[in-house]
Amino acid sequence: MENDKEKDLLELKEVTIRFAGDSGDGMQLTGSQFSENTAWVGNDLNTLPDYPAEIRAPAGTIYGVSGFQLHFSSDDIYTPGDQPDVLVAMNPAALKKNLPELKPGGMIIVNSDAFDAKNLSLANYATNPLEDDSLSGYQVFKVPITSMTTRALEGIKLTPKEVARTKNFFALGLMYWLFNRPLDTTLNWIDQKFAKKPEYVEANKKALKAGYDFGDITEIFTSRFAVNPAKLPAGVYRNISGNEATALGFLAASVKSGLPLFLGSYPITPASEILQYLSEYKHFGVKTFQAEDEIAGITTAIGASFAGNLAITNTSGPGLSLKTEALGLAIMTELPLVVIDVQRGGPSTGLPTKTEQADLLQAVFGRNGEAPLCVVAAKTPSHCFDMALESARIALKYMTPVILLTDGYIANGSEPWKLPNVDEIPEIPVKFVTEREGYYPYARNENLARPWAIPGTPNLEHRIGGLEKSNIYGNVSYDPENHHEMIKIRKQKIQNIQNDIPDLEIEGDIDADLLVAGWGGTYGAIKEAVTKARNGGLKVAQIHFNYLCPFPKNTGEVLSRYKKIMVPEINLGQLAYMLRSEFLIEVIQYNLVRGLPLRVSGILDKILEIAGGNNG
Amino acid sequence: MDSNTVVKEFNYTAKDFASDQDVRWCPGCGDYSILAQVQRSFPEIINKPKENIVWVSGIGCSSRFPYYMNTYGFHGIHGRATAIATGVKIANPNLDVWVATGDGDLLSIGGNHFIHTCRKNVDLKIILFNNRIYGLTKGQYSPTSLKGQVTKTTPYGSVDYPFNPPKLALGAEATFIARSIDRNAKHLQEMIKRAGLHKGTAFLEVFQNCNIFNDGAFDLLTDKETKDDHVIELKHGEPLIFGKNKDKGIRLEGFNPVIVDLTNGHFSINDLWIHDEFDPSPARASIIMSFDEKEGFPTPIGVFRQIFKETCDEGITRQISEVKKKKGEGDLKKVLYSGNTWEVK
Repeated sequence: MENDKEKDLLELKEVTIRFAGDSGDGMQLTGSQFSENTAWVGNDLNTLPDYPAEIRAPAGTIYGVSGFQLHFSSDDIYTPGDQPDVLVAMNPAALKKNLPELKPGGMIIVNSDAFDAKNLSLANYATNPLEDDSLSGYQVFKVPITSMTTRALEGIKLTPKEVARTKNFFALGLMYWLFNRPLDTTLNWIDQKFAKKPEYVEANKKALKAGYDFGDITEIFTSRFAVNPAKLPAGVYRNISGNEATALGFLAASVKSGLPLFLGSYPITPASEILQYLSEYKHFGVKTFQAEDEIAGITTAIGASFAGNLAITNTSGPGLSLKTEALGLAIMTELPLVVIDVQRGGPSTGLPTKTEQADLLQAVFGRNGEAPLCVVAAKTPSHCFDMALESARIALKYMTPVILLTDGYIANGSEPWKLPNVDEIPEIPVKFVTEREGYYPYARNENLARPWAIPGTPNLEHRIGGLEKSNIYGNVSYDPENHHEMIKIRKQKIQNIQNDIPDLEIEGDIDADLLVAGWGGTYGAIKEAVTKARNGGLKVAQIHFNYLCPFPKNTGEVLSRYKKIMVPEINLGQLAYMLRSEFLIEVIQYNLVRGLPLRVSGILDKILEIAGGNNG
Repeated sequence: MDSNTVVKEFNYTAKDFASDQDVRWCPGCGDYSILAQVQRSFPEIINKPKENIVWVSGIGCSSRFPYYMNTYGFHGIHGRATAIATGVKIANPNLDVWVATGDGDLLSIGGNHFIHTCRKNVDLKIILFNNRIYGLTKGQYSPTSLKGQVTKTTPYGSVDYPFNPPKLALGAEATFIARSIDRNAKHLQEMIKRAGLHKGTAFLEVFQNCNIFNDGAFDLLTDKETKDDHVIELKHGEPLIFGKNKDKGIRLEGFNPVIVDLTNGHFSINDLWIHDEFDPSPARASIIMSFDEKEGFPTPIGVFRQIFKETCDEGITRQISEVKKKKGEGDLKKVLYSGNTWEVK
């Protein structure tokens, strides 16, 4: 084939790509490889893996489609993009499911080999969309990915099934060509991943290069694209997902507190990766205990905390429900403990692989009795690292359980992370009591925290448990006055954390009439919507709650400055409920509970609706 | 076995293990005896500073136990004692961790934690106070209540079959399984010592009389007149003999245990089943545990089985040191800065 035409290189500011295929097609792998590569070449990026709960749903069906969306830019970005510019569809079902989201005029790259009668029928296509004019509003590129991959791998001793499994690398190679990328990150990954299977190394590399070369040689593509590196602040970066950042945050908290880390955990989507990551760090003395159930996950952690470890447990919504009673025990025994809730769609089993923010009220209120604890939330994948450290710091200082809320979107999504200087991460001071003099199990320091005397300490033998204890002395007490006193002390102790956390920072126009208030993983979408509104000439302010119980000290004052307060959430108004009841203010809700991150356009429309008329 | 003998370095007395709290079980409760026998046997087996002992419990009458021991103690929530204790033990393997629990706590709401504790061979000493009734909630039937037993929630008799706790422990691979009776002080002390010296999950069932809600449940096994004909005490290496005049023995014929009369000249001691606590196969222990399900057979007490294998905390500690040897001490900077990093200048 001749290749006499030099292809154009078009510069773009930002691109959103969605990879889609059968859940067995390796789309998550393709997406994460492209993400790593994107980060490595210096773009800012944000990702949204979107996959079904079924591990291998029947091939070719719409409900079996797995997707991975990736937004990258030469500028700062905060979301995975509302609508893709490019759709890579490995079969008809992937096309059918994702086409409605694609931008008008967007690019579609399909594996044309997969558009046979059987797959078309499984995807409910009456006619082949590649042959009728239903895709006329898009740029369609038909690439026979399966057959080209098979040809490229001729001579390698693999079964036809194994050959077919490498076709995602062909697609990835083609995308690397299209976006003018080096192949190094993926070639290295293949070497490491398949070190023990040389034939897989050869096959995957060949498929990757064949995809790349195809782009170069074929007449189909007349131009390729480049997105320049983003102007990020100076520093060393890596691409990080929220779950990995969470794991690393607690590893750092263990190092900085000098306490061994104990994780009691039961696998649950989308939180299991935290257990997987932490089980790698045995050389840090990390003890991971895969328990028989969620309850054992938290109760082993409570036992480990009693014995003096930095104890944590991770879960998602249904698991948090199961841990509820034990959380009360941790509150009553006043032991440090962090519970990570990677929120997913609920109620019940709900949408295991999708994101949601509907556990806030459960986290803050969902226990029997007056059971206050501290609740914090992370707003982006890399922010999980900071909030993991912060939750451990608060738990250890105040001798209290802390719930750290993340969500499926930031847990699985990734972004470039400017790595912290390890020496600059503050130490977390911890002091076990060793002196008999003046020791009582429920004595209080200036923060109202009780002393931590761990088994093995001579002369400080004591008993704690779920029964009400007498203040200071810690013996079982049924005294009415004591109970009332202890109820108030436990509440005040949590309230005292307010003195120890940063004030809310107002972003955008401080003097606007409209304030947009959010929490958790919606930060990026709100930030981008507020930025767009301001670029359009509106005045808008933004705050984001990383601390939800207690709220930062200046919350009431900040809220009182604004005429209108809009609260976007992926629930039916849980933060809105808390703000109303605590500050007696009216707020305007924006709620969309689709199992997906909020879209910038939806938030922006609401901002325009509220502020457009009178705030410009 | 060597691990069942001890060279003493610490000289504690029973009193050292009594806390300053008033004991608040009903007068006449079997729990008093268990507490007394624990406090009496501890000086003989505790061979480390006593601050390294932790008692963990769940919910129920028996679970008040930690308050009465002058050791570290944790009164947990219903059913979770073994899980809490597992966390304590793994966090600090130097601690001796004991669990006080009841038939409802361990076998009903806590059943899942119990079987997995056994499976993982977590180094805990679990004492089951089995009174076959819910006492603290005032008399509902429990998972060890007998079929037909009349309680407040089974006014026409229970239709459920009871658990046989040692068989459950055996099925879940507990490495030490024994049984005793609250009123047999000497035997109970012996069993507590054996459990305490075992490395791994030690399960000790104690028949305990609830004189308020299930009084007399074990009378046949404790009354002077009847006990010798209804209890058989297992002793390692000795034949299975019982009866007031030591006149009855048990033989194993195939898979069937058979009671034989030692007085009529057909069988002698040499024909009897010799108990082997350390039998690697669980089959014989299972048959012994089933004795009292057979008409006319005595209830066995003593050590059913003891085997040795790596404990959960030993496995965790071993792995940590192996990985440290391979990768070196953890270096936070190295981990954070690993993978595909790039520099922005």
